[in-house]
Amino acid sequence: MEKHEKQRVVTPEYMFFEAPRTRHFITGSEAASEAVRRANLDIAIAYPITPQSETMQRVGDLFGEGFLKDYYRAEDEIGAFSAISGASRTGVRCLTASSGPGLMRGLEVIASWPGHRLPLVFLIMCRVINAPLSIQPDNLELAYMLNTGSVLFHAENQQDFFDYTLAAFIISEKCEVTLPVSVAVDGFFVTHARGWVEMPSAELKLPGRDCYNEAVPMIDNENPPIRIARDAPIQKSNFISYQMHAAWQQEIHAAQERSRRWITRYMGGLLEITNPDAETIIIASGSAVSQSREAIRQAQDMGHKIGLIKIKSLRPFPVQELRQACQHAKRIIVPEFNCTGWLNREVRATLYGHTEAEIADGPRVYGGITMPTEMILEWLLDAEKGGQ
Amino acid sequence: MINSKPYRVVPGPEGLLPPAAATCGVVLPEKGEGLVLGSLQSEQDTLLVMARELLTRKNPTIFPGPLVLWAWKEGVAEKAASVLELADEIPGVRIIPMPDYRPIYPKIDPEAVINPCHPNLTIWHNKIEVCVFVGVHCHFANITLKMIRAGTNCYTITLCHEAGHEDSMASLPFCGSDQVRALTEAIRQLKREGLRPRYADTPGIQLTPTQQTVLSGLAWQHGDGALAE
Repeated sequence: MEKHEKQRVVTPEYMFFEAPRTRHFITGSEAASEAVRRANLDIAIAYPITPQSETMQRVGDLFGEGFLKDYYRAEDEIGAFSAISGASRTGVRCLTASSGPGLMRGLEVIASWPGHRLPLVFLIMCRVINAPLSIQPDNLELAYMLNTGSVLFHAENQQDFFDYTLAAFIISEKCEVTLPVSVAVDGFFVTHARGWVEMPSAELKLPGRDCYNEAVPMIDNENPPIRIARDAPIQKSNFISYQMHAAWQQEIHAAQERSRRWITRYMGGLLEITNPDAETIIIASGSAVSQSREAIRQAQDMGHKIGLIKIKSLRPFPVQELRQACQHAKRIIVPEFNCTGWLNREVRATLYGHTEAEIADGPRVYGGITMPTEMILEWLLDAEKGGQ
Repeated sequence: MINSKPYRVVPGPEGLLPPAAATCGVVLPEKGEGLVLGSLQSEQDTLLVMARELLTRKNPTIFPGPLVLWAWKEGVAEKAASVLELADEIPGVRIIPMPDYRPIYPKIDPEAVINPCHPNLTIWHNKIEVCVFVGVHCHFANITLKMIRAGTNCYTITLCHEAGHEDSMASLPFCGSDQVRALTEAIRQLKREGLRPRYADTPGIQLTPTQQTVLSGLAWQHGDGALAE
C-alpha cells in the first residue's frame, strides 16, 4: 500500500481549522513540501531553478515515499508548464513551481492556463529577473503575474506558505473558480530560512480533485459527454469571434472574483489589518510585512502608532477591503522588494478617489538587498513629518 | 465619486460589451438561495419568478447541455426526465440542445442547435425572449450568457448543477431533478392561481422547422409512415 493510501481523507474545513496542529521549526521549502504531503496531489512537474529547487526536490522525495502518483523533471520551464497543462486537463491534481527567470521563460504558457480553465497550483519562489545574472531575492516577477488571470497569493512567512498552498488546491478546483492559483513567497528570506509552522498530522489529506464537477469538461476519451473538446473557436475575422473572445476573457476575471468567497472562508480574508485606527499605515505583502512588523514595534517604542495592512491576495485584489481600511488614513507607505513598485501602483489605483491620504512612493529595495527595518522607520517618520 | 448602486442584470440588448456581472459586485447564491436580476432571493421566490417569465414571454426555449443529454452517470437520466416534465408544463416551448461546445462553421443551423461560440444566432433566428439553460458546463454557460445579454432581449434562466450564474437574469444553483421539478411545480402553481400562459392555445413542445424536417425524414426512412422511436 502506498503511503498516500494510508492517509485519512478529511474535509478542507477540518484540515484548515479543526485538526490539532503541532509546531515545527522548518524552512519555507520544507513548509511547502509538508503542505504537498497533505494535499492529495496526483502529479508534480517542474524544472530546477534556484531558489525553487529545494521544494521540488522535496516533492520528489514525497513521490519516492509514495505520496504522489507521478513526478518528473521536464526539459525546461516551457515544457514543465505545458506538461502540467495537459495533466490538469485530464482531471488530476497538479503542482508546478518556478522562480524569477524560469517563470519568465514559461510566461506565455502560464498566461494560457486561466483561459483554458486549468485548476493547478503554481508555487513561485521569487528571485531577481536576469540580466545581469543574479540569484538574489526580489519579487519583480510578480508584476508580470498580476495580469495573467491566475489567482495570486503572496505569503509572508513559512506558516503562510504552508497554509496558502493547501488552501490553493481547494480554491483552484472550486467549480465557479476553475483557475490556476499561484502562491508566491520571497525566495531565500522564506524558502531558505526557518520559522515556526503549525501543521496538522501528516496522516491526514485533503479530498481528491472532483474533476467531473468543474466549469469545463476534462479530457476523458472513454466517457461522453466529457469526450467533447473544449477548443477555443477558430479565429475568424468577424464580430462574433471577437465578441466570444471578449466574453471568454471577461469570464476569466469573473472567475477570479468568485474566488473571493473561498479566500475569505479558507484564508480569513484577502487582507489582514493591525491597528486599524492608526492614521499612518503601512501596506505590504510578502516578507515586507515581517520587516514592517518590526519597524512598527520600533515606532511604537518611540510613541508612534502605526497601522499595518497585510495584502494576502494580489489577485483578486482586496479593493473594497482596502478602501474601507484606509478611510481614515492620513499617510500611507508601501515597502516593497522590487524596483518598479508594483504594489504601490495597485494601492494608488485602488485608493484613487477613495482616500485623502498621502501615499509615499516607497520605500523599496531590490537586487537582493535586505530591507532594514530602520529604512521603513525613516520613511514612517518622514511621512509623519509630511516629507517623502 | 463612487457609484455604489447595485448592478442589475436585466435583459439586453446591453450593447457592445457589457461587463461580467461578477466584476460588478454580483455574488453567487448559496444553497437554498437564487439570483434574480443580480439580487439574492430565496429559492422559492426565484422559482416563481422563473415560472412567470417562462409562461409569459415570447418563444420560451429550453437549451439542454451535454450534462443532461447523455446518461453519463447515475441520476442524469432522471434529471433529463425532469427537464422533459418541465417542458410539458410550458405551452409552446421549444427544446434546442447545446450538445457540443466546438464552434460550428461555416454556418450554424439555429433551429437545430445553440452553440456557445455564437449563441445569439440561435436566439435571434428563433426570436427567443426567454430561455432555460440546464446541463451546460459553467464556463460555456457563462460566456453564452454574456453574449446573449450583449446582443439580444432574451430573459435567461439557468438551472445550474453547480454554483449558479451571475450573468443570467434568474439563476438557481445546485439543481438536481428535485429543483427542476420544483420549478415545474411553481409553473403549475401559477396556472392554478389563474395565470394564463402566453401560448395557452398551443400546449406541448413545439418543434422548430428543422426538427420537423428531421422527424419527417426519420419517419420516411421507416417507410411505413411511423415516427421513429
